[in-house]
Amino acid sequence: MNLNPIENLALALLGGAVLLGLYRLLRGPSAVDRLVAADTLSVVITGAIVVVAWLFASALYLDVALVYGVLAFVGTVAMARALEGGRS
Amino acid sequence: METEKAEGLGRYLVVFTGALLFWLLLTGSLDSQELLAGLLASAVVAVMAAPRMGILSGIRWSPVLPLQVARYLGVFFLALLRSNFDMARRVLSPALPIRPALVEVKTSLQSDLGRLLLANSITLTPGTLTVDVEGERLLVHWIDASPGTDLESATRAIVSQFETHLREFLE
Amino acid sequence: MRLVGDLFLLLGSAFLFLGALGLVRMPDVFNRIQAGAKAATLGVLGVLVGIAFLQPGWWPKLLAIGLFILFTNPVGSSTLARAIRIAGVRPWQKPAEESRALEEKS
Repeated sequence: MNLNPIENLALALLGGAVLLGLYRLLRGPSAVDRLVAADTLSVVITGAIVVVAWLFASALYLDVALVYGVLAFVGTVAMARALEGGRS
Repeated sequence: METEKAEGLGRYLVVFTGALLFWLLLTGSLDSQELLAGLLASAVVAVMAAPRMGILSGIRWSPVLPLQVARYLGVFFLALLRSNFDMARRVLSPALPIRPALVEVKTSLQSDLGRLLLANSITLTPGTLTVDVEGERLLVHWIDASPGTDLESATRAIVSQFETHLREFLE
Repeated sequence: MRLVGDLFLLLGSAFLFLGALGLVRMPDVFNRIQAGAKAATLGVLGVLVGIAFLQPGWWPKLLAIGLFILFTNPVGSSTLARAIRIAGVRPWQKPAEESRALEEKS
């Protein structure tokens, strides 16, 4: 597929977003910073998977994105619960 | 007793309709076999989940409900757009103009669903993030709190815009 | 059609990028959640709308993904913020403000 400049710019911005999220994930400095980075990054990646589905012209990847989004949300809530110290 | 029963039945209907709509979105087809499978799956989901969906009891049913929900969504999306441009401005300016503080606000919404939607709305609007909900008090992280903000002024600034719209269709 | 989709895609990607930039630039964890939650939600919605214009046949599933993210992302962010506060992290304050507050007291 031939991409026009707008699409290339959008893809570059998406890639940049993932890289910035990864930077915060790796640098921390504290565990909660990494947790927040992972939460945001998972949403960014859900969007990225949808874009990949369009690039590959395959609707199968949409299911991947949906399941990834669900798992990311459950993971975030589980992490938050663990952080709270397992009460309630 | 009679009204309680009717309300319970309505809850089954809501869960069933919601599950069926979601099924239609996922399959994206109106094929008779898909539809049949969807009807069965939604019925199973409704029977299993409806008794635990007490959160739905906060809705005030009325013929104009869809209209009110649509208006709330309109207000909400405008706020979400504004909040993103606001955030972009803060992130892009070299001086990083933020004055973060935790403030308390008060809500008059009684139902769990109402408070949940209010908390969500606050999180997605300019410069505010719901941190905790305790009864009718919400703890909000405000990225640009002017010094000396008290409960009343914070409530006016953060809560009122959504609360008036939410109160139309929620307890 | 393609141009409209491209523009939505670009807008969404731009917001996602700004959100991630906020994640890096903001001074403390609460402000980072703020930047992440808002920008990521609108950014992903923008990308989804863009793809819906580029691949019109996919709109039902894209709408399902969009609705799911719209409802769960703020809940996830708030839950995380609550847990972080319970874990004992306090919000960062501008150093200048703090010193000024001290001066006013004395």
